[in-house]
Amino acid sequence: MDTGLIIRVFPFFIEAAWVTIQLSVLSGLLGLSCGALGAAARLSRSPVLRFIGATYVSLIRGTPALIQIFILYFGGPQVGIQLDAFEAGVLALGFNIGAYMTETMRGAIISVDRGQNEAARTLGLSRFETFRSVILPQAMRLMIRPLGVNINALIKGTALVAAISVVELTYTAQRYIGSTYKPFEMFFLAGSIYMVIIYVTGLGVSWLDRRAALK
Amino acid sequence: MGLDFSVVPAFAGALFMGALWTIAITLSAAVLSFFGGIIFAVIALYAPLVIRTPFRLFAWLFMGTPLLLQLFLIYFGLIQIGIDLPAFVAGVIGLGLHFAVYNSDIIQAGILAVDKGQYEGARTLGLSRMQTLRKVVVPQAVRSVVPPIGNNMIALLKDSALVSVIGVAELTLSSQMAISRTFRPFEFYVAAAACYYVINLGLEAGLRRIERRIELAR
Repeated sequence: MDTGLIIRVFPFFIEAAWVTIQLSVLSGLLGLSCGALGAAARLSRSPVLRFIGATYVSLIRGTPALIQIFILYFGGPQVGIQLDAFEAGVLALGFNIGAYMTETMRGAIISVDRGQNEAARTLGLSRFETFRSVILPQAMRLMIRPLGVNINALIKGTALVAAISVVELTYTAQRYIGSTYKPFEMFFLAGSIYMVIIYVTGLGVSWLDRRAALK
Repeated sequence: MGLDFSVVPAFAGALFMGALWTIAITLSAAVLSFFGGIIFAVIALYAPLVIRTPFRLFAWLFMGTPLLLQLFLIYFGLIQIGIDLPAFVAGVIGLGLHFAVYNSDIIQAGILAVDKGQYEGARTLGLSRMQTLRKVVVPQAVRSVVPPIGNNMIALLKDSALVSVIGVAELTLSSQMAISRTFRPFEFYVAAAACYYVINLGLEAGLRRIERRIELAR
């Protein structure tokens, strides 16, 4: 293990890690919004919305994320969507993880006991009030951990935008593997940074989960 | 520049070959990840501490880092230590190991869920520890975890697109080659996505059949 080299390239990896974090946070927020909208659509009373939600989930989950990134970044200009690599990466990753989050959120909402809904309606709450003050708070508690799993996958998935030359961790590791011929050192360095990001995120998810359980 | 999907059929043969490679790499990696997952699960649960601890570290490293990074490590790392594998083989090993670690996690849970009496009964009947695992515990464990392993196989199919970056001429790289001749990325990536979608449907149908057969056997 060439520690001198690791120390020399470390600052570049930290810069790249910052890009990975930005990608994760922005596409994570987009994914959560897509997930909430998708789950609302899939659970709605309107068959049109249900169809749109189901199609979104099926198309995104049935095709590789890499291809989705390529369609948006390379194919976008042909349909009038001009994005730089970072923007295309955030949008594609966010839409992608949003489909998985749709299913996570829908699963949490439908696993809240039916009796809760019936009791709240019997007590005179409207459909919307029942959802907002009875079902959703319970579902939120159930979805924190599985959403954490989605976010974990998203963080590792940000590596895909290396393929459209966004200078994040994997791209940086790949570039230094090419110029230094030290794949193990570069893997060790980039890998450890990913582990730290994922570990800290995991702590955050556990903290949220514990707080939700106390209420 | 508008869209013109009429350029796609001229490359249908190339895309079809690419799709066959995608299926070949997915199936090879799936088989590797399945048996690898069983071996890893047995190691993680029953191997002596000196093997178990480094193994757990390895598994933890594989689950915490991106597949793309692992593919780069395997492909370029093996070249560095003098093993020049064809890209296809490197891709199968990378995908197979990555998903073996995920499968191992599931199979471990399956093994632990097998009734303890099965183990004790087999040992009482005179089977050795290894025989008990191989003939009694693991078959029952694997049967109970087919659905989550099937989900991993679906993820594997989609992640097989990543091996295009180390130069395996599967569906993604085939569509890129067509794009470099026609400059029509949107059409060809959508065509590739459609192919993946169809293969995915086929895989899902296959998995459902396996699940149903196992349900009947139980």
